[in-house]
Amino acid sequence: MPMAGAEIVARIKAGIPDAEVTLTDLAGDDNHWAAHVVSAQFVGKTRVAQHKLVYAAIGEDMGGALHALQLTTAVPT
Amino acid sequence: MSDTNARIAEIVNSNDVVLFMKGTPLFPQCGFSSRAVAILEHLGVPYEGVDVLQDMEIRQGIKSYSDWPTIPQLYVKGEFVGGSDIMMEMYEAGELQQLMADSGLTAA
Repeated sequence: MPMAGAEIVARIKAGIPDAEVTLTDLAGDDNHWAAHVVSAQFVGKTRVAQHKLVYAAIGEDMGGALHALQLTTAVPT
Repeated sequence: MSDTNARIAEIVNSNDVVLFMKGTPLFPQCGFSSRAVAILEHLGVPYEGVDVLQDMEIRQGIKSYSDWPTIPQLYVKGEFVGGSDIMMEMYEAGELQQLMADSGLTAA
């Protein structure tokens, strides 16, 4: 079962409470997503560390039920 | 598992640039892997492509090796660099070109 968009956003916000999440359905199939996540928790962290925070928030379904997520991260401006 | 870790370490330490991917550079089997290949081809650096679909141990093992849940994964000089999204961001910022140059893999 693919992961619905609302669930993706809910999990990211549960793990990173200040996160602003912009989710785009890339293929219109509720299965291929692009997420842009902005959080003050990313300040001073490498891109790899920032992405790991998001993956950790999504949990073990990342790479499984949710296999197609384009991810970009940024710090608040 | 430790055997798999040792195999992965051997691969990433004996090749300057390694891309763990789904499919091969000529026939990527996933859009993310295809994008990673396109970036490396554009940079013009020689790299070793490892098709994880041909090796279930590496397919699972690479995720714990780097603590990174998705494929593709790029390694340069034995160090994990990121997945295809990070490769793209670094490429657009000129950082991937710089990393390759700093690693002596391309002319600066």
